[in-house]
Amino acid sequence: MRLSKALFLASTALLFAAAPAAAQQKSVKIGFVSTFSGPAASIGDDMRNAFELALDHVGRKMGGLPVEVIYEDDTLKPEVGKQKSEKLVESDKVDFVAGFIWSNVLYASYKPVVDAKTFLIVSNAGETRIAGENCSPFIFSTSWTNDQNPIAVADYMNQKGVKSVYLIGPNYAAGKENLGGFKSEFKGKILGEDYTTWPSQLDFAAELAKAKDSKAEAVYMFYPGAAGVQFLNQYAQAGLKGSIPLYTTFSIDSLSLPRQKDAALGVISALQWGADLPNDANKKFVGDFKTKFGTEPSFYAAQTYDAAMLINSAVAGVKGNLSDKAATQKALEKADFNSVRGDFKFGSNHFPTQSFYMQEVVKVGDAYTQKTIATAEKDVPNPHASKCSMK
Amino acid sequence: MTLFIEQCLNGLQFGLLLFLLAAGLTLVFGIMDLVNLAHGSLYMLGAYFAATFAAWTGSFLLGAVLALVATLIVGMVLEVVAMRRLYGRDHLDHVLGTFGLILFFDEGVRLIWGPGGLSLPVPSWLNRSIEILPGIQYSAYRFAIIVVTLAVAAFLYILVMRTRIGMLIRAGASNREMVGALGVNIKLLYTLVFGLGAALAGLAGLMQAPILTVQIGMGENIVILAFVITVIGGIGSIRGALVAALLVGFIDTLGRAFFPQILVELLGRQAGSTAAPALSSMLIYILMAVILVVKPQGLFSANSR
Repeated sequence: MRLSKALFLASTALLFAAAPAAAQQKSVKIGFVSTFSGPAASIGDDMRNAFELALDHVGRKMGGLPVEVIYEDDTLKPEVGKQKSEKLVESDKVDFVAGFIWSNVLYASYKPVVDAKTFLIVSNAGETRIAGENCSPFIFSTSWTNDQNPIAVADYMNQKGVKSVYLIGPNYAAGKENLGGFKSEFKGKILGEDYTTWPSQLDFAAELAKAKDSKAEAVYMFYPGAAGVQFLNQYAQAGLKGSIPLYTTFSIDSLSLPRQKDAALGVISALQWGADLPNDANKKFVGDFKTKFGTEPSFYAAQTYDAAMLINSAVAGVKGNLSDKAATQKALEKADFNSVRGDFKFGSNHFPTQSFYMQEVVKVGDAYTQKTIATAEKDVPNPHASKCSMK
Repeated sequence: MTLFIEQCLNGLQFGLLLFLLAAGLTLVFGIMDLVNLAHGSLYMLGAYFAATFAAWTGSFLLGAVLALVATLIVGMVLEVVAMRRLYGRDHLDHVLGTFGLILFFDEGVRLIWGPGGLSLPVPSWLNRSIEILPGIQYSAYRFAIIVVTLAVAAFLYILVMRTRIGMLIRAGASNREMVGALGVNIKLLYTLVFGLGAALAGLAGLMQAPILTVQIGMGENIVILAFVITVIGGIGSIRGALVAALLVGFIDTLGRAFFPQILVELLGRQAGSTAAPALSSMLIYILMAVILVVKPQGLFSANSR
């Protein structure tokens, strides 16, 4: 009897002692939404690895406060992404939401985050409306909009004098914006374009036969994730590889290359970052990533690393006082960190002004990698900034 | 014209591949009255086994044979361990139970092989295009798929129509209780049929693997088509599955190939290219609806013959 009473008193005392301590202890809470299941999980895992590496690099503390990251799986579904984002801002009360691979998931999810006045740091999805008419002071991007990289590719093909092209891409927001961007810039003839059911259609035999029949000088395609592997395999099997040059964006990265192998050799694409870019931040990022995880980082990882560093710079900039939203926004806008892509600054719509590089797949020894072969465009602002009123 | 012939070949290849999946599904559905949503998981396992065994042995063919045996065994074990408990229950229980199996297999594959997926390269002697008709180049590998699936279809025909086991299978599809009442070891027959269906799904998966990639959930989309084929062809009928699979293969491929152009002509470039993928993927479901209106039992129903 006495013992149990003593225990009860002791535990009550402990409970009361612990409560104020918990209230005082402040941390930076970050929700991270990406795809961690299904075939696209390798992308999500790469992003998580990059985020964790960035946390290691800043000593697991931002502005002197410990960092807590909650990873949420959007399962590649817009409705799940929205639900997870709501949970992060409403019940976890995070200070930042970061991540997002897919444009359609982002477009479904950004509203609850912005409405809760929580900062959203997009590290991949390039939905153009988020950069334009639906922009918000609370949204920042460390990537691009879907049309920017294809514009760079089209520019490069114009310079090379390519006269005609056949376009193939998936029938969803990013696919249309991607091919649309290409079409807006390409000066030659577009001999045909196919949009395939996404993400279920993985056999491109019918589309490839049409591309071959069109006698186009080149083929441009956009298939992120595993579909890019399938497309390149089938391109080779259909006998098009070697006879029609292939250009792409976002379809080849360090995650897919080990499976694309020879099928990807010689394919040219455009990115704002490459593992071989010679700046110090990038050397440290790529080197440590390889040591820690045994693979070369993908562009998804690079953009996520930048997102983490951006958050870190802002938390340090306001000295941990994240309740001052206006000051935090100002600190984020400064982008006071060393991006792995080199020069980095935000335009008026919170999308980066950056350079784009052309990359070709080459074989070095037994490994396949993307080599930077040219600068396609230097310091281009985001093309949708004029549509953004930032309210 | 060349394009049309090439697209027909693509349709034939896709249809025959679907037949392999649908044949197993329709047998299991027809004989055991079991709705097996996890059929796509066996397709996935076939691909994973083939990629693994081919990497170990260094030979595509040896890997394929080992993978077939492995999926056959997995199928038979699955029947004994799990499926047996579902017979005679409501179809909703089947759907729940086999949906659980999909999750089980997806997570199991992730634990064993990781989330990234595998690749199974096309054997070098098939990695080229061949001239099958004067002036028409076609992928040698896809042509090989056509040959193999036709051989399997012939084998199934002989097995089902000309052997004692086949007679029991047909009898089981027509009237299960009567077969059991006549003293046939129905349990063993079920295990064999399920194993056969699994092996066919595995074969489809491993042949598709070099064209697509080996990844988690790869069977989930295609198994929907296999169900459509089962329904169109008539439940339990292998002949129906073959006819329906070819129909679906041709309509899907030719629809994707030529339907967008027709729509672009009719609606203009912008609207046409947006509507085309949605409408052409709808074509097979329209076909299914029409056939169900005309023949509610499917084209060749095993029960109403």
